[in-house]
Amino acid sequence: MKILVCIKQVPDSWAEKKLSPGKVLDRESADAVLNDLDEYAVEEALRIVEANGGVEAGHTITLLSMGPERAQEALRKGLSMGADAAIHISDSALAGSDALSTSRVLAEAIKREQPDLILTGTESTDARMSVIPSMLSERLEMPHLSFAGEVRVDVSTGKVATKRMTDEGVESMESSLPAIVTVIEKINEPRYPSFKGIMAAKKKPITQIGIADLGISANDVGSGGAWSEVNDFALAPARGAGIKVVDEGSAGNALVDFLVEKRVI
Amino acid sequence: MSEILVFIDHVDGVVAKTASELLTLARSIGETHAVIAGTATELNSATDVLNKFGAQKITLLESAEINSHPSSAIASAFADLAKTKGAKAIILPSTARGKEIAGRMAVRLESGIITDAVALTPELVSTQSVFGGSTIVHARVSKGIPIITIRPNAIEPVEAPGSASIEKISVTASITAKIISREPAIRGARPELSEANIIVSGGRGTDGNFAPIEELADALGAAVGASRAATDAGWYPHSHQVGQTGKTVSPALYIACGISGAIQHRAGMQTSKTIVVVNKDPEAPIFDIADFGVVGDLFAVTPQATAGIKARKG
Ligand SMILES: Cc1cc2nc3c(=O)[nH]c(=O)nc-3n(C[C@H](O)[C@H](O)[C@H](O)COP(=O)(O)OP(=O)(O)OC[C@H]3O[C@@H](n4cnc5c(N)ncnc54)[C@H](O)[C@@H]3O)c2cc1C
Ligand SMILES: Nc1ncnc2c1ncn2[C@@H]1O[C@H](COP(=O)(O)O)[C@@H](O)[C@H]1O
Repeated sequence: MKILVCIKQVPDSWAEKKLSPGKVLDRESADAVLNDLDEYAVEEALRIVEANGGVEAGHTITLLSMGPERAQEALRKGLSMGADAAIHISDSALAGSDALSTSRVLAEAIKREQPDLILTGTESTDARMSVIPSMLSERLEMPHLSFAGEVRVDVSTGKVATKRMTDEGVESMESSLPAIVTVIEKINEPRYPSFKGIMAAKKKPITQIGIADLGISANDVGSGGAWSEVNDFALAPARGAGIKVVDEGSAGNALVDFLVEKRVI
Repeated sequence: MSEILVFIDHVDGVVAKTASELLTLARSIGETHAVIAGTATELNSATDVLNKFGAQKITLLESAEINSHPSSAIASAFADLAKTKGAKAIILPSTARGKEIAGRMAVRLESGIITDAVALTPELVSTQSVFGGSTIVHARVSKGIPIITIRPNAIEPVEAPGSASIEKISVTASITAKIISREPAIRGARPELSEANIIVSGGRGTDGNFAPIEELADALGAAVGASRAATDAGWYPHSHQVGQTGKTVSPALYIACGISGAIQHRAGMQTSKTIVVVNKDPEAPIFDIADFGVVGDLFAVTPQATAGIKARKG
């Protein structure tokens, strides 16, 4: 079985993010890390392989990322966790790509690889659109099992079963492979790369490809090919300084008075 | 006048609050056309609300099993409808389901998409509040039929009673991934987190005891939220998590108890209209965004507040 995991490098979620004058996310102002939510997808891929006989059984994990030069760091991190190989789609024409372009590029790369199972995170912590996986499902005409809090793959029958966890409850889902599964952050506890893993990752292959390799033209992607545009942006007005009281036995009552004043009650 | 297609989310015919918000918004832009997926019975129970909020047309994407399948069947039928009607725009709630459908429709219609808008002008310029509310962005779709998802609670619903014409389109759901079984969430009497007007949240400071949080919430008719520290510890379900990797909420009042205010938590609640904080550490960053902050023990402050609210309500 061939598993492909889509991962993205994002600005560290601990950093204050801002837009650059060019109206795109200022990626230079923050440290770049592997999207936390994609770590769960990498971890789940490793667990699926382990649960199905391991690498010895011929299962492989390939990471796929579209992003600038330094996205390789995120790929190395995933490789050091234990993935086998990586594909890095990097092309100057891709700068400023929106979700439609990104999903198109990823879909073309996935078609070349023909994986049995595709894992993704629920959301990239910078774009926060959560639309790439559904777009991939639509483009690849492959079933999408979203919000998976549990994944089981049966290699012999070629089926994947998940528990889909949403506000409405828990749904048991099933599909035949190939399929796309989006995992939630409660699914597992991602491992830290071991020293051995980090050393091994240095020797693992990262294949670099550009959009020409995917038969995509520069006009269709990047900021020029974008499907939406930012008119302008501004910093939100700062919240006014609030009231702060130290509890000396009656702050709960003061809180109620505040709510009354605000006409909440 | 050109049509604004509005996706109406519902459970068994009980429409979500987002429906009234989206219909109110759509009325300011063009002809309001509500689109709902499900059975004729479900449509019957939904019609009253749709009429109350001024839907001019209603289309039922009719299928018995459409809602027991992932979003693909709805997206394809909805996209076909948008094409036939030559819609001016498509608006959906910015919920997990709304975004899944929107993403698929964007691919099908080769149309641009904007998610998490908090406002939309008649010229279809959207407003988004990004980076945890620190930045306001105005954007517009430049290709295709604009597809815009609107954050719950961002629009004040206003009634405009009318009577919509109804059309039914029968849809065959192609089965891709199927749902084998369902365990519906046990819904208490409390409002849905993303729709709630008031939210009381608890964090690590509760030490696993959410009773004072729930009691305050019930006195206020509020929903209960939690920080990731609390959901990770298993004290409260993940579906109640507020923040970057949980829900983004924007209630009239947000009360954070025993929550430090890490950037990822603030990202999900910073746009709340009024923020009240109870935390025993005067240095906790959450105080920076508080309209009213109490430095104190939540186990003393919240029960007193609960009692005070109950006394006032009588
Ligand atoms: C990628 C990423 C995504 C994340 N997403 C989210 C998210 O969606 N939501 C989220 O919440 N977090 C998220 N986090 C985690 C976030 O960084 C914090 O770890 C988390 O919010 C801390 O929760 P807390 O405030 O409850 O706990 P702490 O930071 O431990 O704060 C507990 C607070 O309780 C106070 N306290 C203790 N006892 C009492 C008492 N008796 N009375 C009053 N106050 C008391 C303490 O003074 C302290 O300020 C994310 C982190 C990452 C890296
Ligand atoms: N540039 C990218 N390269 C690879 N995978 C991506 C990329 N962008 C998004 N993804 C995947 O899609 C998921 C959802 O991202 P988004 O729709 O951007 O919120 C992420 O968790 C990743 O798994």
